Amino acid sequence: MSDPASNTGLFGVHGMALELRSQRMGLIASNIANAATPNYKARDIDFNTALNARIKGASQDQAAAAAVQYRVPVMPSLDGNTVETGNEQVAFSQNAVGYASTLAFLSDDVGEVKRAIKGE
Amino acid sequence: MAGTDLNIFSVAGRAMSAQQVRMNTAASNLANASAVSSKESDAYRPIKAVFATQMDKATGLATVNVSSVVRADATPVRQHDPGNPLADENGDVWAAPVDESAEMVEMLDSSRQYQNLVETLSTAKQLMLDTIRMK
Repeated sequence: MSDPASNTGLFGVHGMALELRSQRMGLIASNIANAATPNYKARDIDFNTALNARIKGASQDQAAAAAVQYRVPVMPSLDGNTVETGNEQVAFSQNAVGYASTLAFLSDDVGEVKRAIKGE
Repeated sequence: MAGTDLNIFSVAGRAMSAQQVRMNTAASNLANASAVSSKESDAYRPIKAVFATQMDKATGLATVNVSSVVRADATPVRQHDPGNPLADENGDVWAAPVDESAEMVEMLDSSRQYQNLVETLSTAKQLMLDTIRMK
């Protein structure tokens, strides 16, 4: 990882990652919600691209908006809907695990700062 | 309604209401599947919920609304049943044109999607609670 990552405030890259994970979770939930809507096109955030853009100084909105891509369906359906529930659920779980890990890193950092303040 | 901000909870919540409307229409159709009437115009015609995406430009989230519930333009089935008290002068009754297997499939599909939304909602809720408690 490039150096600027460590210069992004108290919690490093984890704060940014958590925001992006949260945004991606909303987007995948939107796909699952629209599983039965004709002509709905599923979208997802390319997490790596978004995080790299964020580290290089893009704002949260810019980074996420630039990394949004339309899902390519494995098998197109007649009603023009490109949501494949199985794939969306896999992406959702993967993202949820990523969110939980990032949160764990973040809460370790918070603990560290707390200990430093208390002078233990 | 257009100006409201969406979050993951409202996305899942509204989609659940939409699926519920869809389940209700399937249930109505199934309940009326064996209904007959004495006139073609009086016969029950199946109803169907029409889904439309509601997009929130600010957050990029999208939920689903029921834009309308339409009555299908299907022709009722004429059955010859002179013993039926509802039969017309030719001894015919008009049965509701409900495809029962299609309605059952619709019901199953809808309930599976509802379950997916519940699962999504509970995962999101757990993660949000963990974030609040920072654990």
